Amino acid sequence: MQLQRNPQLNANGELQHLLSIEGLPREVLTQILDTAESFVGVTEREVKKVPLLRGKSVFNLFFEPSTRTRTTFEIAAKRLSADVINLNIAVSSQTKGESLLDTVANLSAMQADIFVVRHDSSGAPFLIARHVKPHEHVVNAGDGRHAHPTQGLLDLYTIRHYKKDFSRLTVAIVGDVLHSRVARSLIHGLTTLSAPEVRVIGPQTLLPAGVEALGVKVFRDMREGLRDCDVVVMLRLQNERMTGALLPSAQEYFKHYGLTLEKLALARQDAIVMHPGPMNRGVEIDSSVADGPHSVILPQVTFGIAVRMAVMSIVAGN
Amino acid sequence: MKLAIKNARIVDPASGRDGTGDLYIAEGKISEPFGQPERTIDAKGLVAAPGFIDIAARLREPGFEYKATLESEMQAAIAGGVTSLACPPDTDPPLDEPGLVDMLRRRAKALEHARVYPIGALTVKLEGERLTEMAQLAETGCVAFSQANVPLADTQVLWRALQYAATFGLPVWLRAEDAWIGKGGVAHDGEVATRLGLPGVPAFAETIALATVLELVRATRARVHLCRLSTAGAVEMMRAAKREGLPVTCDVGIHHLHLCDRDLGYFDANCRLEPPLRSQRDRDALSRGLEDGTVDCLCSDHTPVDDDGKHRPFAEAEPGATGLELLLPLTLKWGEERKLPLAKTLARITSDAARVLGVTSGRLAIGAPADVALFDPAASFRILPETLKSQGKNTPFLGYELAGRVRYTLVAGNVVYEA
Repeated sequence: MQLQRNPQLNANGELQHLLSIEGLPREVLTQILDTAESFVGVTEREVKKVPLLRGKSVFNLFFEPSTRTRTTFEIAAKRLSADVINLNIAVSSQTKGESLLDTVANLSAMQADIFVVRHDSSGAPFLIARHVKPHEHVVNAGDGRHAHPTQGLLDLYTIRHYKKDFSRLTVAIVGDVLHSRVARSLIHGLTTLSAPEVRVIGPQTLLPAGVEALGVKVFRDMREGLRDCDVVVMLRLQNERMTGALLPSAQEYFKHYGLTLEKLALARQDAIVMHPGPMNRGVEIDSSVADGPHSVILPQVTFGIAVRMAVMSIVAGN
Repeated sequence: MKLAIKNARIVDPASGRDGTGDLYIAEGKISEPFGQPERTIDAKGLVAAPGFIDIAARLREPGFEYKATLESEMQAAIAGGVTSLACPPDTDPPLDEPGLVDMLRRRAKALEHARVYPIGALTVKLEGERLTEMAQLAETGCVAFSQANVPLADTQVLWRALQYAATFGLPVWLRAEDAWIGKGGVAHDGEVATRLGLPGVPAFAETIALATVLELVRATRARVHLCRLSTAGAVEMMRAAKREGLPVTCDVGIHHLHLCDRDLGYFDANCRLEPPLRSQRDRDALSRGLEDGTVDCLCSDHTPVDDDGKHRPFAEAEPGATGLELLLPLTLKWGEERKLPLAKTLARITSDAARVLGVTSGRLAIGAPADVALFDPAASFRILPETLKSQGKNTPFLGYELAGRVRYTLVAGNVVYEA
């Protein structure tokens, strides 16, 4: 009922936890992106390490299986010289009936500094952040459909890298927005950084109720939605959603919402194509686009490490 | 005991009385004035109202004693001035056989606190397949039959259940929720759920189910009470159904009357309720409907949940909020917001609730059961875990300062609570 203080920020308005891009001031986003830029150099050096988190412990708490995100967090933490402990909780304590908060309390007793949390339930990192000690930090690595802030930040980083500024951009996000934490985080990031037009494109079954309220324009027709876009972000379509009440088949989906060279031609000539991975070639994206000159999908992965280094070093310093 | 309550502001919604005076009680009933009472309560500055009737309060027995016990929740009831309460059948096992109902009534009676009116299960184990022995359950003391929060998916079973209940003139209490549309949903399907990434329950999950129920009422003429309305659309449909003369009544819960989906904030699990908190527009329609009488009464929908059940991610948290001790303050808050006379405000938790429940209490007429709440309408208190008698400390109003403190509660002429 009360207007609660943004739980990610400390009393000085600095980033204590990274839980969601929503509600973060523009300055904080810019600080993260600028810091990431300084780390891109590190990741290209022969000795890819800086001592910023030396002696600190980063616990990767993955309540939902993930290889890619966990690995990039691990690499990022190691490049900051932190000790990294990976816990795949999906197959350990939770199956023994231990509660989420008990798990966290136990790990906290092992002197953690940063918890990187992935959970299949929206809001789980907020719950954890409410219960950790003041010197501990929580970084959300994806919670349910809610948020995936480091992915959103690396998307913003990638866009800024190729397009320099956000003030004239038209960005289209295509596909399963309903279930996508990536889409939500990116939308909040783009609106905070004043991108003038953010579009979401998809069939009505994959668009959440009242999505316009997030500040986006809705397109059902992909061709119309792609027209004159500077950035095209394709979302992953989960296997279990390809047939059933949401969609009849992967083929029909590809026909209408899969990104092909022919559809991409409607966007601006210098448009970039992004995808959070892992891709379903032939479902949401054609290989000719994924491997083509507009694709910045692999650079996204590289930038992702720098962005995660930036986030961890910033929260640990506050 | 012969008791006199002196100098109280007597508010009796049933008669419309609101004025300073004395109240006499003898042999458990409101009585004509007499001399030499055995006890006199000076109630100067207090309101004397009929004890409150809460038509939905979970006592958690049998089966969920780790969440709450009859003792703890009956303490909460009388501390909140609640002298009669109806308990839904979603215990474990559910109240689907006479032995269980009998045991619950005996246990409740032995405590000599509030009067407990069990609502029997409409179907065996609430599974929505076989009817319970409603006639027998009614003899044991069930005042109505319900599915609690478990939607009855099979409309043929629902139809037959209403026919069967109508045969014996038994009321059926239903919460209108389509079994499929909102499946897996935990929040109102709207902007807030979209932002928080929570699976939604659309408003039409309620209105579709309500349309079905109303059609079946037309067909069977069963007496149906609709529980916990949550949408503006449902209020409008109930308004039309009543105008048509269907034998239907409805209620709203205190949380839905005051809160909306925006109150979820950053995933406040205390706002995880069934039905979900809806939009501001819905909330305002409920408030207006309660004022104009479309919505008959207000209840706490008291659902004590322990910390283990609430200290979870929002979607995994157990739904429900503790409410017995907030019923009066939140009713008063509503009346104040709508600038209603106190008698009209209190009617929704006294005489109107009594009418829905089919009991003779809820009024202060001579000869009525002497169930009385004496409260200070101006005294405020802070809602804190330690100030709540209920074992459930789960409420979205934690930390709130609310006005309306109960000083005495009388059941059948006995002072069962004083503070």
